[in-house]
Amino acid sequence: MELIPVYLAFILILAIFLGFELISKVPATLHTPLMSGANAISGITIVGALLAAGAGGPSWLATLLGATAVFFATVNVVGGYLVTDRMLGMFKKKTDDAP
Amino acid sequence: MSALLVNLAYIVAAVMFIFGLRMLSSPATARSGNALSSGAMLIAIVVTLLSKGIVEFHWIAIAAAAGALVGAMASRLVAMTSMPEMVALFNGSGGIASLLVGWAALFGADPSVGAVTPFTAVTVFLSVMIGGVTFSGSIIAWAKLAEVMPSKAIVFAAQRVINGALLGGLVVCGVFFALDPAPDTHLFYAILGLALLLGVMAVIPIGGADMPVVISLLNSYSGLAACAAGFAINNNILIVSGSLVGAAGIILTNIMCKAMNRSLANVLFSGFGAVKTATKVEGEVKSIVAEDAYLILEAASSVTFVPGYGMAVAQAQHVVRELGGILEANGCEVSYAIHPVAGRMPGHMNVLLAEANVPYDQLLEADDINPRMPNVDVAVVIGANDVVNPAARDDEASPIYGMPIVNVDHARTVFVLKRSMASGFAGVDNPLFFGTNTRMLFGDAKASISALIAEFK
Repeated sequence: MELIPVYLAFILILAIFLGFELISKVPATLHTPLMSGANAISGITIVGALLAAGAGGPSWLATLLGATAVFFATVNVVGGYLVTDRMLGMFKKKTDDAP
Repeated sequence: MSALLVNLAYIVAAVMFIFGLRMLSSPATARSGNALSSGAMLIAIVVTLLSKGIVEFHWIAIAAAAGALVGAMASRLVAMTSMPEMVALFNGSGGIASLLVGWAALFGADPSVGAVTPFTAVTVFLSVMIGGVTFSGSIIAWAKLAEVMPSKAIVFAAQRVINGALLGGLVVCGVFFALDPAPDTHLFYAILGLALLLGVMAVIPIGGADMPVVISLLNSYSGLAACAAGFAINNNILIVSGSLVGAAGIILTNIMCKAMNRSLANVLFSGFGAVKTATKVEGEVKSIVAEDAYLILEAASSVTFVPGYGMAVAQAQHVVRELGGILEANGCEVSYAIHPVAGRMPGHMNVLLAEANVPYDQLLEADDINPRMPNVDVAVVIGANDVVNPAARDDEASPIYGMPIVNVDHARTVFVLKRSMASGFAGVDNPLFFGTNTRMLFGDAKASISALIAEFK
């Protein structure tokens, strides 16, 4: 059991390196969509929020905190993905630049 | 659904997030990358809802429905010019969600875990701290961007000492908290309060033109907060996705800092231009009216537009595109030179011009356009100042010396569209305005360009 934190830290380190490799070359055109798309991914905290809100534990405060977290995380996820999609829909190449 | 199946599904989601992010870094695949990543999010949410840990659904249903409604409305209704504010608010909502998840973890949301261990306490502390700073920092960033509060840097004596003390106080509280974790003690509320205060204090000394750095840094924090919350509840998918976002944000922050030739510490801890005073520039400013500007543009065979925050303020992107189209129809080669920190967030100008239907292959980065600049007949500067200031290249005493700029002064003629002769955000005089090949077209950018279009018709 005491090794679990180490395993989690192991995952963390690898994921950070992977992140740096993945995104090191992004054209300036895509800086905003990348940022808002990544921001939507950070809404993954919704998974933790769902677990907290739905645990059905004895503490009403924990449920309240969880439900509030679900609200904010959903705003983040739904809003983030939709706005990124809306932006990317506007990016066009010259060739398909028909009026 | 068993924990094993749930975690296998999380692996699938993680892989989809990774491919989604990778596809986001090329214009041709970006949109499907975003869709892939949203599919990953859907998988993660659905398997979590099916897991044994969730026994009560009505609060989830209410909160999720409300959140989805707010998010969807906001993303549909926001104007493209207000995108920096929107991104700041989304960063903030991710931050507060992670804070709340960390807080709720203290109650032992998962009954099988039992008492809170010191390790969990530390991770809860981190998610509350990072989430709190992200939340209050983003609210301040939003207020500055929306001009609810003054966008200039707010600096006062002993600011660094106070911020250092806040951070120190937080760490001390965190140590005591780790020794005796409890969800509703004064100690925990002190941590919560200090974190929120630190976020406010960290962002108020940062001025409007440094906003691209702050926005991308807060973006990184929102990922790290999710990551810390993942540690608090032992959840792999939170750790993996959170750290991917954290890394992406740090890369963007770094690109923004490089584009200003400043270190992150310099952006975060010092008001701009406090140290050096630039060589005073003097000279004659030559203004021009729309009729004469039209004659020059009409004869030009290559024109480059250089937009800045002023274009966003004047909402001039559509008329700029219209003028570009007219020039192209006139046989002129048109391009747009975009400086990485033009505007208030990374890629701000690109989004606005995309909205106005400018194809992205006409948008050039400074490095690509600068070697061709001597062959450009007219460079049209629209509401940009520091990013075209030749002092950054020539004047070692200038506070912005060393910052890479768009060399518009190398073009044959430069039109500068500007409201008045006030200096830019950095408070630095711009020798460009006094150049022999520079003509100032005073007035609102949108009105000036509309006047030019009217001349062509």
